[in-house]
Amino acid sequence: MIEPKAMIELQQLSRSFQIGDQWVHALDHIDLQIAHGEYLSVMGPSGSGKSTLLNMLGLLDMPSEGEYLLNQTATSQLSEEGRATLRREHIGFVFQSYHLIPRLTARENIELPLILAGIPPKQRKPLADKVIARLALTDRAGHVPNQLSGGQRQRVAIGRAIVMKPQLLLADEPTGNLDSVSGREVIELLEELNDEGITLLVVTHDQAIGDRARRELKMIDGRIANDTNNSPASNSTTPNSALSTQVPPRPAAE
Amino acid sequence: MRTADLIAFNLKLIERQRLRSAMLLAAIAISVMAINLLTGIGEGGKQFVLAEFNLLGKNVLIMLPGKRETTGGIPPLTGESTRDLTLRDAQAIARLGNVSAVAPLIAGKIEISHHKLSREAFTIGSNRAFFDIRQLEVAQGKALPQLPLEQSQAVCVIGSKLRKELFGSKPALGQWLRAGDSRFRVIGILKDKGEGLGFDMSEAIIVPVANAQALFNQAGLFRVFIELRSFEGLQKSQRRILALLKERHEGEEDVTIITQDSLLSAFENILNTLTLAVAGIAGISMLVAGILIMNVSLIAVSQRTREIGLLKALGCPGRTVALIFLSEASIMALSGALLGILISELLLYIARGLYPTIPFGTPLWAQLGSALIATVTALLFAAIPAQKAANMAPVDALLDKKAGQA
Repeated sequence: MIEPKAMIELQQLSRSFQIGDQWVHALDHIDLQIAHGEYLSVMGPSGSGKSTLLNMLGLLDMPSEGEYLLNQTATSQLSEEGRATLRREHIGFVFQSYHLIPRLTARENIELPLILAGIPPKQRKPLADKVIARLALTDRAGHVPNQLSGGQRQRVAIGRAIVMKPQLLLADEPTGNLDSVSGREVIELLEELNDEGITLLVVTHDQAIGDRARRELKMIDGRIANDTNNSPASNSTTPNSALSTQVPPRPAAE
Repeated sequence: MRTADLIAFNLKLIERQRLRSAMLLAAIAISVMAINLLTGIGEGGKQFVLAEFNLLGKNVLIMLPGKRETTGGIPPLTGESTRDLTLRDAQAIARLGNVSAVAPLIAGKIEISHHKLSREAFTIGSNRAFFDIRQLEVAQGKALPQLPLEQSQAVCVIGSKLRKELFGSKPALGQWLRAGDSRFRVIGILKDKGEGLGFDMSEAIIVPVANAQALFNQAGLFRVFIELRSFEGLQKSQRRILALLKERHEGEEDVTIITQDSLLSAFENILNTLTLAVAGIAGISMLVAGILIMNVSLIAVSQRTREIGLLKALGCPGRTVALIFLSEASIMALSGALLGILISELLLYIARGLYPTIPFGTPLWAQLGSALIATVTALLFAAIPAQKAANMAPVDALLDKKAGQA
């Protein structure tokens, strides 16, 4: 068996910015490897840099120093356009506040990435239909976000994130605006997608949700303080790097 | 992004923000309308003036008694003089080389009556050549006969309106009518040609010049129309006529000669001023519309910052984001321009109904030009906000704290 190469590799990656006359190191020389199909949670106090890490992995932000390899492609030298193409083809985002376009219906929101990618309407329809059916949104497809519940909105946002069949799904506090029932539905949906092979990274405050992930990153002051493998087999702490070479079984209970 | 999708995306945006869209549309429409309306009125006026002067041929000179300074301003149309222009002067001019025809003119108002009907009418004393020079045609009968200028004959040609007023539905040809203390036989009825140079020929009566001299008890001519064989010798002929008149009037140059060119150049000042005013007003309204477009685009960029961030997160490159904003502006500009053209056409149509003699109408170049200017202005002013949107870092746009939650 060929050892799978890391899908994501961060090398001494830093991100700092100036607030007033003070320099803030949101990410401080981070090394990290993530393999295909992993399920990670990123936890940590506010300002620890977890959102910055997610934005960095999503190519929404540029590192001040260091390198980010996505599928062995060095991204720091890419133009904004090249980064946009990578985002479009490989990365899906789920945000706490959904970021749906209010004037578009659920279907149109889900179709939006296909439209932006220039896929003709005939090919868009079956792709969108499939996602809508998969997310049990068929009844709500013609509704605009204001007519949907929070859980439904987040499902639409997930639909939009996966319609381009990305390899990597980045979720920033996906349950932050939801009640516990909707939140659990959303997290279970994300886990199902992970079971189907998508690499899932969830940033969360919620310890219960963080514990569901097979691999848990704890961030403090822009560094990865803990990189825990929740696999029942090892359950060991492997600081700063753990390239999962096998998919460990999911924890039996929450 | 496919063009059809881009348009659909923008239309949805325009539809959703109706007030903003309506405001923008109105601004563009009004400025385009201003250009078209003003050009339409200006062109109408210009065509009207040109048509008036084209009733006179290019190679026709008008001589009037009295010396006037004609540098700048409109040459005098009524003159007073110490020395009369006489029929002999007219005959002497007729003998000059380049002159093909001379029509002397005496004009005034006089009481005209037939049986019990009477009215005051504009009376012209002239000759056969007058009909050719002023391009007057007779609908019935014939024009004045060819007569030596001093010879009188009791005949007249009357305008159609005057005929109707004096004779009603009865035949007028061959009938006698009374003008002042003379009697004239009607030998022709003028074809209706509308007004020309302020004379309404349909209300006029034309008699031989010698009869008019007697009628008005006046030997001096009011005008002499001189038709030249060719336009080329106009300057030279003008000088020769002036020299001749100076010789005949004891060395004093006491007549004024007006050419179509001099009249037109006088009007050209007015027309040019009008054109400048049109350009100025149009420019200002375009500027206002442009600034409005820029403001609206800037507001749109700030309101839609999160949306821009989202589009970028979904892998939309900066130039596509810019394209979305620019195409929205173009759609607005083009529909605004179309609306403006339609409104101005409608108003000009109404104006043509109210003033049928003036050919109001916007030339094609003004319509295309105004649409082009509107679009270019819109694109130009939308380019800055669009560039701002395109250059926004995706993470900053996404995390825009000012915007509400979607």
